[in-house]
Amino acid sequence: MKRLVLLGLTMAVVLAGGLSLYASSAPDGLERVAQDHGFAAAGTESAAAGAVLADYTVAGSDAPLSGAMAGLIGVVVTAAVGFGLFRLIRGRQN
Amino acid sequence: MHVPDGFIDLPVSLAALLVAAGILAIAVVKARADLDDRTAPLAGLSAVFIFAAQMVNFPVGAGTSGHLIGAALAAILVGPWAGMLVLTVVLTIQALLFADGGLSALGINVVNLAIVAVLVGWVVFRLGVRFVGTPAGAGVVAGVAGFLSVPAAAMSFVAEYALGGTAPVSLEAVAAAMGGVHLLIGVGEGIITGLVVSAVVASRPDIVVGLRGSRLQPAAATAQVVPA
Repeated sequence: MKRLVLLGLTMAVVLAGGLSLYASSAPDGLERVAQDHGFAAAGTESAAAGAVLADYTVAGSDAPLSGAMAGLIGVVVTAAVGFGLFRLIRGRQN
Repeated sequence: MHVPDGFIDLPVSLAALLVAAGILAIAVVKARADLDDRTAPLAGLSAVFIFAAQMVNFPVGAGTSGHLIGAALAAILVGPWAGMLVLTVVLTIQALLFADGGLSALGINVVNLAIVAVLVGWVVFRLGVRFVGTPAGAGVVAGVAGFLSVPAAAMSFVAEYALGGTAPVSLEAVAAAMGGVHLLIGVGEGIITGLVVSAVVASRPDIVVGLRGSRLQPAAATAQVVPA
């Protein structure tokens, strides 16, 4: 189990902290359909849009390092919440 | 991009939030039966992997991209109930920390990606897994499950738009467009889901909840969960 977890976490770090910098910046399926069919303008900014990590950058910086850092922070937070939550739900097992 | 605020009006967004909350409450109770000291870490790991993978958009042609949802993957690995919770964790962190997906739209995104896509992925996999006997076979079935989960989620959005869309559109045109592009994105989802599932099934078939009762998970190795 430990090997699987380590492998998975490593892959997540590589994905979020590295490969994400080469991700396509084209609009995704929903965004594209919204643009083509005239409801893209209806979208409003999230109340969280001012968050320091909004849009997967650190404080709005365009630098690749900022994107990588945002991704890595996300990985750490998700790991903490994810592992913690499922442990909590699982409760004590015999 | 998940559904932002403003696409779906507040009443429907609120209804989606209430529906999502109700189903997730059931999921927490039901997930306990599927979570043991091996599946619980696997659920946490799935959340981390899916969060990271969702950051890597891939092109699907015509100036459009897509990204993994991971709903079928989560359902196959840790069961549908824990799978819903895995996706909800990812979506909530994305909305709160990264403004990816609206806050009032969180219920909408949970319904589409953490409930509809998870259930479709689970049901398709469970229907097909009884016919396979190898990790590669499981991978193929997982690939189909992943593939179908994406247009299913897209159609769930179209239904929400029909109920509470804030800009007038031709529903048929939007349904066709959403379906079409998400079938393309589904190919990517299917490939990734199939590869990851076949790898996990090849190495640790005993921990994969989706294999319970199938030829690939001998009964003796099935995790025995003793309720506390």
